[in-house]
Amino acid sequence: MRVRIPTPLRSYTGGDKVVDAAGGTVDEVLLDLDRQFPGLRFRVVDEQGRLRTHMKVFVAQESVRDLSTPVNGLEEITLMQALSGG
Amino acid sequence: MLLVGTRKGLWTLTPDAARHAWHVEGPQFLGHIVSHAVADPRDPDVILLGVSTGHLGPTVMRSTDRARTFVEASKPPAFTAGDPLERSLRTVFWLTPGHPDEPGCWYAGGSPQGLFRTEDAGDTWSPVNGWNDHENWALWAEWPAENTPDGSMLHSVIVDPRDANHLYLGLSGGGVFESTDGGNDWHPLNDGCEAEFLPTDDPSFGHDPHTVRMHPAMPDRLYQQNHCGIYRLDRPSTKWQRIGDNMPRDVGDIGFPIELHPRDPDTAWVFPMDGTDVWPRTSPDGRPAVYVTRDAGSTWARLDEGLPGRGWLTVKRQAMTVDDADPLGVFFGTTGGEVWGSPDEGASWTNLAAHLPEIYSVEWAPA
Repeated sequence: MRVRIPTPLRSYTGGDKVVDAAGGTVDEVLLDLDRQFPGLRFRVVDEQGRLRTHMKVFVAQESVRDLSTPVNGLEEITLMQALSGG
Repeated sequence: MLLVGTRKGLWTLTPDAARHAWHVEGPQFLGHIVSHAVADPRDPDVILLGVSTGHLGPTVMRSTDRARTFVEASKPPAFTAGDPLERSLRTVFWLTPGHPDEPGCWYAGGSPQGLFRTEDAGDTWSPVNGWNDHENWALWAEWPAENTPDGSMLHSVIVDPRDANHLYLGLSGGGVFESTDGGNDWHPLNDGCEAEFLPTDDPSFGHDPHTVRMHPAMPDRLYQQNHCGIYRLDRPSTKWQRIGDNMPRDVGDIGFPIELHPRDPDTAWVFPMDGTDVWPRTSPDGRPAVYVTRDAGSTWARLDEGLPGRGWLTVKRQAMTVDDADPLGVFFGTTGGEVWGSPDEGASWTNLAAHLPEIYSVEWAPA
């Protein structure tokens, strides 16, 4: 599936705005992203497995914070920084 | 050169041979919060940065070519996954190079008030479990309360040059603590320090040290700029003396940084800020000055030649430093984005840079 990458994380993806990743849940997709782009996941998810306060994940246009949210059957999810962190 | 960490990136200031003209370069990591930028005295090519952004988690950036290029730590500082207190690190706030006998070792202090260690010059980091998991940690660190505007910070990690296992650290919400066994066990060291904001008289912890320094040539002597004054401790005593009582009453002894002369244990500089009323933290009476003691705190002298006659300056705890010249250069950076320097131990000051973002740290990187 496609993952849209926000500007603060594109230093990890070589500038790519959209990358491919695999996984059945948001968490699995983030782990796959971290395999491809080492260090990316810890900037988004803390050491207790929680989505960081000022980061957002959109699944089917809904903002989700539960990383176990399933993404099967979806073509794309979006990582985004929140306005609150600006 | 000076390493200037700001809320929006890293700048460097490099002097000419006479240290009169300064070349300002930057930013690197534009937009990143650079809490601390520190050079390794054991290897002048190595520089570490504690960084984060408004959105992203904290990390460490490492240079092995004197700040020309940086790479990210492959395993940044972090609390332990599954931590019973569910802590997650927000900021790598403070960096201290380790003992000369342990090249590659550094300590990092964080917010929340955790302690972390690397043994490979900053590439991979581990929690110091003896501190983070100490049975008294939550009590000493007043967890989960966070007592400073950006969260409580662990700072002023000090390694005794005589003994790599002898460590001190400061908690902005908690006080000064000491370990004599490499960080496995710790005890408070706050006797004699005021804590006017606490309800109990003479508590053993809970204090708010702003910066703690050990004299490199006289490691039994420590100085402290605390929320409640300036102190000195000469070991083996365990009771701090409030040397700030000797500051002029109309200036007071509140501030964030304190810097020591590397060769003279009796000389220290502070940047007093107004701690009265609602705690403005700006130059008392709007008249900026540095103060120096040359007799271990018995007397203090005002140093303001060249500083603005009227100004409301704030200098954060890591934003003051000295170089290694003779006479010594002294420098500070303000939250208003100005860097000021003195080539003559504070007798006179000039502005070295302006219009930078809010300055968090100013540190000297030796050649």
